[in-house]
Amino acid sequence: MTPRVVFPNKVLPYLLVAPQLAITLVFFYWPAGQALYQSMLKEDPFGLKSKFVWFANFEKVLADPAYVNSIKVTAVFSLATALVAMSVALLLAVMAERVVRGKGLYRTLMIWPYAVAPAIAGMLFLFLFNPSIGTLAVLLRKAGIAWDPLLDGTDAMMLVVTAAAWKQISYNFLFFVAGLQAIPKSLIEAAAIDGAGETKRFWTIVFPLLAPTTFFLLVINTTYAFFDTFGIIHAVTGGGPGKATETLVYKVYNDGFVNLILGDSAAQSVILMVIVIALTAIQFRYVERKVHYG
Amino acid sequence: MIGSSRFRTYVAHAVLLVGILIVAFPIYYTFVASTHTLQTILRPPLPLLPGGEFWNNYSEALLGGVNRIGGVGVDVLLFNTLVMALGIAIGKICISILSAYAIVFFRFPLRMVFFWLIFITLMLPVEVRILPTYKVMVDLNLIDTYAGLIVPLIASATATLLFRQFFMTIPGELVEAARVDGAGPWRFFFDILLPLSRTNIAALFVILFIYGWTQYLWPLLVTNHNDMNTIVIALRKMVSFADADTQWHLVMVTAMLAIVPPILVVVGMQRWFVRGLVESEK
Repeated sequence: MTPRVVFPNKVLPYLLVAPQLAITLVFFYWPAGQALYQSMLKEDPFGLKSKFVWFANFEKVLADPAYVNSIKVTAVFSLATALVAMSVALLLAVMAERVVRGKGLYRTLMIWPYAVAPAIAGMLFLFLFNPSIGTLAVLLRKAGIAWDPLLDGTDAMMLVVTAAAWKQISYNFLFFVAGLQAIPKSLIEAAAIDGAGETKRFWTIVFPLLAPTTFFLLVINTTYAFFDTFGIIHAVTGGGPGKATETLVYKVYNDGFVNLILGDSAAQSVILMVIVIALTAIQFRYVERKVHYG
Repeated sequence: MIGSSRFRTYVAHAVLLVGILIVAFPIYYTFVASTHTLQTILRPPLPLLPGGEFWNNYSEALLGGVNRIGGVGVDVLLFNTLVMALGIAIGKICISILSAYAIVFFRFPLRMVFFWLIFITLMLPVEVRILPTYKVMVDLNLIDTYAGLIVPLIASATATLLFRQFFMTIPGELVEAARVDGAGPWRFFFDILLPLSRTNIAALFVILFIYGWTQYLWPLLVTNHNDMNTIVIALRKMVSFADADTQWHLVMVTAMLAIVPPILVVVGMQRWFVRGLVESEK
């Protein structure tokens, strides 16, 4: 790269980065440092005395069956959400590629859920599916399916996954459409001339060529399910019934703000930080590769 | 086109229609529920078509009905949410365009250190530092203030990275020409860089406005008084599936009021939004 043409000012650039840097230091680095520090402290409930205990909080948290349960819940929730949201979006995107007329209209109608807050999405689904006044719950019951997300853990999980996935369909749809448009038509035509049918063309040509988009979306959807769905869990199930939908982020909040176990909550925060760092690293490694492809 | 039989197209349309039905149904049904009486809602199944209570429900909700059940009027809630969404969108764009400008168009000691400091914030979402950040807010007296709702959320790496990426595509000749013509850094920024960034700013604005409008965890933490609530938080407080007193027809009106403004923004600015989303995340 040739050296860029730049302005010679010496003081101005510091002033320009100052606002962002100040906010970053006060609201990001200082609290993150505090979380790290607190995760190694043991405090009595009144906050009067504290003792440095190294990794004891981590050992305690990781040995806690409730935490292990929360890891499992998060894994099931994230994978199910990503899988449902991505497969529905892929199907719709492939269909949208086929039609000529009405494409714009379909897209316009498809992006609505993006604008709906996750917590509201959760409440709408709970309105539809709650056992006392939910219309769809009534229909399910009439069809002979026992359904009660307020009492049954599996039902509750299905409900939050549906709400979380519904909200993410728009996002995935837009990316899959962009990905599909980038696939050279000549490849698909060549396969058609060689006699490959619709289904075969999709699985042997389109799907592999979409892999970068799919992988990117997998990371994004996992991150979304990990962090942005707090509202859904908090508004719909409150982690329950039992602890059937208590995700890691919900547990950090619950232990820190509701149960006031500071050391544990801080240790959980640090574990989450490690997870985000891993996810971001994966995302950026992949982004770099994509840049090389042009 | 290959194999473009009529049948194939029909199937595609059919699948898309079913898809739209799934995607739009919860929103549509919320609207339907907001036009029925409480009694109708409490006796499911709810009809598929809107009822005749549109004016009654909406005027009741707007003229004090929401105030009665939530302790604060829907106008205050919408105002709070709007301030938060606009504050975050505009604040984020301002501070990140400035820092990206500094990092791309100037050379100064610690430049890369600053860049990395900003970049790493990507890995520190509010969810992983809830308690200590809350403590900072308390120490700075920011609980129940607009500044508390907005300022901590306006620093993040994504917008800065986006502007940096875009600025790096601007040819050096342009800067050189501006300098030869005697333009200083501010002149260059306002007369050349800002106009060139217009579409990026529009795209980012939509994404950030939605981000601000749909926040949940943060307003939940930093607001205690009802009159500082955002509409999403207030809605959560109104709903109780356990007791029978929930005023569902008013809740549904409030839900519509919480959903419609961001949908209008997304649909109205669709062109920039879609491009911005797909390009900025690459």
